[in-house]
Amino acid sequence: MPPAPGARSIASGGRVLILTLTLITLTSSLLATDPGPGSIAPPTLIMVNDLDYDNGESLTISWVPSLDDVPGQSEVVAYRILRSSGGGQEATIGTVLAGESTFVDQSVNRDSAYVYRVATIAANGGEGYSLPTDAVVPNREWLNWDLVWLFLACLVLGGSVVFFIETARRGKKLFVRKIAGLEAIDEAIGRATEMGRPILYIPGIQDMDEVETLASLTILGKVSRQIADYDTQLFMPVARSLVMTAGRETIKTSYLEAGRADAFNEDMVRYITDEQFGYVAAVDGYMVRERPATIFLLGAFFGESLVLAEMGNSVGAIQIAGTARPPQIPFFVAACDYTLIGEELFAASAYLSGEPRQLGSLKGQDVGKGIAMAVILIGVAAATIAELTGSGFFAGVVSTLQNVFTTR
Amino acid sequence: MNRTLPFLLTFIVGFTIVIATFSPPLDRLAVDTAVFFSIIAVFAMILGGGNLVKINLVKITRRQRDWQFAIVTLVGFFFVLIIGLFKVGNPGGVTGQVDAPGTPFFDVYTYVFVPVGATMYSLLAFFIASASYRAFRAKNREATILLIAASIIMLGATPFGTMLTAWIPDSLDIFEVPNLHFFLMSSPNLAGQRAIMIGIALGVISYSLRVLLGVERSHIGKDGG
Repeated sequence: MPPAPGARSIASGGRVLILTLTLITLTSSLLATDPGPGSIAPPTLIMVNDLDYDNGESLTISWVPSLDDVPGQSEVVAYRILRSSGGGQEATIGTVLAGESTFVDQSVNRDSAYVYRVATIAANGGEGYSLPTDAVVPNREWLNWDLVWLFLACLVLGGSVVFFIETARRGKKLFVRKIAGLEAIDEAIGRATEMGRPILYIPGIQDMDEVETLASLTILGKVSRQIADYDTQLFMPVARSLVMTAGRETIKTSYLEAGRADAFNEDMVRYITDEQFGYVAAVDGYMVRERPATIFLLGAFFGESLVLAEMGNSVGAIQIAGTARPPQIPFFVAACDYTLIGEELFAASAYLSGEPRQLGSLKGQDVGKGIAMAVILIGVAAATIAELTGSGFFAGVVSTLQNVFTTR
Repeated sequence: MNRTLPFLLTFIVGFTIVIATFSPPLDRLAVDTAVFFSIIAVFAMILGGGNLVKINLVKITRRQRDWQFAIVTLVGFFFVLIIGLFKVGNPGGVTGQVDAPGTPFFDVYTYVFVPVGATMYSLLAFFIASASYRAFRAKNREATILLIAASIIMLGATPFGTMLTAWIPDSLDIFEVPNLHFFLMSSPNLAGQRAIMIGIALGVISYSLRVLLGVERSHIGKDGG
């Protein structure tokens, strides 16, 4: 039976619609690409994004890979990124391998607008070019908002340190617990004086840009003042030239303050070598030959910590050690008489000076510890309750705390 | 003035780097400061080398104790300095890579310096044994706990530890030595380490502020002025 005229008309109209849609798709596909010789499908959806929180020096270009970029059987070997600026000549700025879909352009200027195209490069030499993107101008951000919580934490901690320094300056008495290792300094220097043997001061093996070295030199200032008073022999081998210069100045100042400028000798501080175990060999040799009565190991130490401390122990020296390197602390605890653990190294100079303003800074540090303890307790409690009850609120508290205390 | 200028430099550079951490446009300043330090440190190397030569020359000329070793030091120092500085035997000449394989400098480093350094480092094995022996003597309650914990950690890292408690039923597997080892390392040990790390971080902030604000100046001479 022949179809009804109306039905034929509908079918015919449907075919026309499909044909039209196909033509539109093909036309737009042809317009969207500019196939070169041996044509290959270009990447699509080219996006250019300004990199967050930078100085306006980077743009990220991303794309959807070419339809011909199939893992394992790809005809595509690479993608070429082309850039033009201000209507100027287009130039290739980079190439990435097939399968990749991003490229970071770090050669842009803040004041220019950039247009990008990405080309597929085929194994047979064919190329397929995407349409150019809109012009994009890189932005400069003055503040890194990713670090806003860190910034606030620094403000609170810094503020509390400054507040307590001011409080102490106004004459308020502050309590600071006794630190055994620092209380023993008098005894250690006295012992060397009585035995007529030298004192060995090792400031670690790092340079002056290391805060532990700086802390060590501030302690050296206090210790050498006392050594000058007692007229005991001091020797300080160093592994960095700048530490040698700074160490000499520190000791010289202490001797001048003690009125013993004549007893100061530059050779008290000697440069040995920058090399870790060359330094250890020289210092261990000194210990065996001179048998110092007292050894200070204060600063940044690594694998050499135990080699030095055990050698000191074997020659019968009283040893006071301190470092902020957690893996080395057990070695010092095992081999030395007294150990300044972590923060005690940084507190030592304030403790030894007894100056109210410096002691005030230690109190400010305690505020930070209080906050850390409170946050840990709240976090542990919230995580436990969330786990036991499935409470969304407490899970949210845990998630918020993790966000606040995680630096990206 | 000789105390005020270092303080002012410390204050300006220190706070600039702190601010640069939070402000991307200033990030370059922090990088540049690190480069300045490296340049200064290179010049300071001359001071260090000069000091080494001076000390050893004095030792030789005054025939101090063990002065013969000073000759070895100086010969070694100048030999490596010359073959490194003038790139002796380097196929690329003075423009070649200083550590190019096959050059005398490379050979001295690889076949003399590295083995000698490794020899010193290997002493650590013996020193760990002697230090452990002293630390783990059960003299009091704390030392006894330390001894027990250390024994579990050591056994837990060996196949013998696994074998020793393999008979424990699955319902009590927490008491197997490898599991105890894991618990000690991941809970009490990690908690202690983190506590120390938090203390160190706060200590660094407090100390840095003392230095930057000039409250602590003993490393540049006391009392300023």
